[in-house]
Amino acid sequence: MEDYAIEMIGISKAFPGILANDKVNLSVRKNEVHALLGENGAGKSTLMSILFGSYSADEGTIKINGREEKIKDPNAATALKIGMVHQHFKLVHNYTVTENIVLGQEPRNRFGFLDLRDARKRVQKLSEQYGLQVDPDAKIEDVTVGQEQRVEILKTLYRDADIIILDEPTAVLTPQEIDELMDIIKLLKSEGKTVVLITHKLKEIKAVADRCTVLRRGKSIDTVDVAGVTEKDLAEMMVGRAVNFSTEKKPAQPGEVVLSLKDLVIEDALGAVRVNNLSLDVREGEIMGIAGVDGNGQSELVHAINGMYPLTSGAIVLDGEDITRAGVRRRIQQGVGYVPEDRHKYGIVKDFSLSENVILKTYYQEPFSGRFGYMDTKPMDELTDKLIEEFDVRAGKGHVTEAGSLSGGNQQKLIIAREINLSPKVLVIAQPTRGLDVGAIEYIHKRIIAERDAGKAVLVVSYDLDEIMNLCDRIATISKGQILDVSDVKDVNEHEIGLMMAGEKKSKAGSDE
Amino acid sequence: MSKDLTEKKSFLESEGTVSLLVVLLGFLCGTILVLLVGRNPLNMYKAIVQAMTGFDIDRGRLNVRYIGETLNYSVPFILCGFSMAFAARVGLFNIGGEGQYIVGMTVAQAVALLGPQIPGVHWMMAVAAAVVAGAFWGGIVGILKAKYEVSEVVSTIMLNYIALYLSRMVSFKLPGANTFRTDNFPETAKLTNDFFQQITRYSNLNNGVFLVVIAIVLYWFIMEKTSLGFGLRATGYNKDAALCSGIPVTRSITTSMAIAGAFAGLAGAIVILGSFAHGRVISGMDNYGFNGIAVALVGNSKALGVTLAGLLFGILKNAQPLMQSRQIPKEITLIIQGLIVVFIALRSGLYLFQQWRKTKQIKSGGEA
Ligand SMILES: Nc1ncnc2c1ncn2[C@@H]1O[C@H](COP(=O)(O)OP(=O)(O)OP(=O)(O)O)[C@@H](O)[C@H]1O
Ligand SMILES: [Mg+2]
Repeated sequence: MEDYAIEMIGISKAFPGILANDKVNLSVRKNEVHALLGENGAGKSTLMSILFGSYSADEGTIKINGREEKIKDPNAATALKIGMVHQHFKLVHNYTVTENIVLGQEPRNRFGFLDLRDARKRVQKLSEQYGLQVDPDAKIEDVTVGQEQRVEILKTLYRDADIIILDEPTAVLTPQEIDELMDIIKLLKSEGKTVVLITHKLKEIKAVADRCTVLRRGKSIDTVDVAGVTEKDLAEMMVGRAVNFSTEKKPAQPGEVVLSLKDLVIEDALGAVRVNNLSLDVREGEIMGIAGVDGNGQSELVHAINGMYPLTSGAIVLDGEDITRAGVRRRIQQGVGYVPEDRHKYGIVKDFSLSENVILKTYYQEPFSGRFGYMDTKPMDELTDKLIEEFDVRAGKGHVTEAGSLSGGNQQKLIIAREINLSPKVLVIAQPTRGLDVGAIEYIHKRIIAERDAGKAVLVVSYDLDEIMNLCDRIATISKGQILDVSDVKDVNEHEIGLMMAGEKKSKAGSDE
Repeated sequence: MSKDLTEKKSFLESEGTVSLLVVLLGFLCGTILVLLVGRNPLNMYKAIVQAMTGFDIDRGRLNVRYIGETLNYSVPFILCGFSMAFAARVGLFNIGGEGQYIVGMTVAQAVALLGPQIPGVHWMMAVAAAVVAGAFWGGIVGILKAKYEVSEVVSTIMLNYIALYLSRMVSFKLPGANTFRTDNFPETAKLTNDFFQQITRYSNLNNGVFLVVIAIVLYWFIMEKTSLGFGLRATGYNKDAALCSGIPVTRSITTSMAIAGAFAGLAGAIVILGSFAHGRVISGMDNYGFNGIAVALVGNSKALGVTLAGLLFGILKNAQPLMQSRQIPKEITLIIQGLIVVFIALRSGLYLFQQWRKTKQIKSGGEA
């Protein structure tokens, strides 16, 4: 008899039109780091939501530490010492770290008043014990995404969780933060915790996981010892076919400059300079990558190119035409495509169907709208069916599915499908493959390269240096809102870029390797 | 088999079902209240049946006039419901239906009293002017919101009062005005429909019904079938994504408030030209605009939903005197309406209840 922390046996869960979990089995040993791997929409988040009591399974049993349990809601999960950090965080922004952590079980003194002193001390102690480096008094609105995630982890620890579920924790992190998180996970293990880690990054699985369970289309395929398999094996198990890691591409054939950014200065609402006198040319037939540490002006820059962020000064020229003062729609018509970093906020309308999201930028044009703005659903549904097929968007009810019910990765595929379908003169993509599985990454990269080969200009922002090196033809390194260097990808290596990305903050440069 | 369960769940969770449950719950509470004050709730339902069908169960007599009145009462509820609903779909809270209604009514009566008395044209001019005036009154709110980020809640409330006093000032200047009324309207301005009057035993039912039907179809068509509605709905669901996709959000806001105002303005015109023989110098609000908020909430801001909710409110209003004659306090209808609104607001609570039921269902199913 092995000692299991979690046993999920024959778990099934249906959503309209889709069996998200189909008799899934998952056994997690005590004190191991167990990875959960599977394609976008394979049912990983669903399975963990069932374990955490957010969803109830249609069938199957759950045993925690060998005892059969009914987990009817997250409170029951907490009582069983299960904690979960969701794909999207659930913190109250104007509360402090400590306040967020105690929320729901506020400590009271003997007069019944809120007493945070002990709680604060405990948060501080836990934070030190697990190397989380979180300030208990900081307001959530003032901390980085990476810190928010640590607060979520602290929250589970504060509630004495022994089993900690992390749903795609690294999707929102910068490479530096990912390394730090890996250390935190190791520390959690050494302190006796059991960790379930959902991730698409095989490197991470190899780095911290003991065993790995693979899901494919709602079914559990296999559980393997990580030490005994290669990244390639894992990828094949997951997708069911061989996967190409390095993207094949012909050398770029760059032509005229399509997008020209001239002396851009962008200030944020508080007047702080985010982009400082930045100039950059992107030519047709090339993929330009912007490499840099998160928060160095990339987000503001791409937002400004789409017309969402006002310029303080400078000019944006697209194909010889000055679009500095043009509105968003005008820019789209002129040929700007944009995949925003925050897909929930800017990328999709969750309550709209897939079809409606596909035509979000073109709904008022032929063939979707005819005379008097009368909308015909047939062309949009046909187009959507085509894109669903091409980009392998897994949706329960086809084009009528609500976009909000898609899994995280499938939402990303939908947005990219929409933008690539428009085939814009310049395609601006922030974090193209965030949250995508390896199979999907392979396909999306292929499509981006196809756009390039069709003579379009592509501008990619990614915090993932591997992706930049793999996908781009030229690399611009950004630091503190300025471009430090533009080089051909052949002429630089990761180390050099890493050093430049660090700019003056040389201390951090080492962690890039 | 599990497929079936998912289909059923989504039906139970559908917004329409929730509204229906809420309405039933409202009536249930109303019934209990009637019992508590020691009256027979059956009489309440008899009154409601009579308001709906014209059939008097006690006397076994049919009087179609009640149907006509109920329909006529429903008109402003439905239109003011659309006024609220149209803005709500764009994510705006239009509390200004009342003001837009008053402005529409005032302009309509002014045109009715002063306009050229050409048969077939006069009333159309009055109605059109009211629609434009309502749109203008709503549009102001839209521009304030879109350009200067003035909360539509605040500006609509203020504009309601401005509309009320402006209406009094203007109406006092109209021919034959005294403290509460003006001269009679010329026949050319009225919406009277002889045929309707004949078949409904001289109820106030009038040509406004046709205008309402047109409005219902227009609402549905604009919202669900046109690119304008698409942009408006996108803005309502996710303003940031709409902006990022090039949808003209500021224009959407102004347009939607103007169209919302047009619906309320039309309501004002139909009430004054259809149910009154003279202009009014109002001293208070008719509250159709405010009731419209409730109607839109109950109807989920959907064309069919709002129409049905408006009819319900019309029935309740017409049932009031019938209840009184049966010793049921007429305020009961207001309480029912109020409760329905409260329950709608508590919808999330009901949703939780459904969740609870669902888990119970699955568990008992799993154990069996
Ligand atoms: N609330 C919901 N309503 C309807 N369908 C849902 C819902 N949640 C998930 N699904 C569907 O269930 C399937 C599994 O989704 P899930 O989120 O578990 O995938 P995942 O493995 O976490 O994928 P990803 O890697 O993209 O996050 C998807 O096809 C998704 O569309
Ligand atoms: Mg997921």
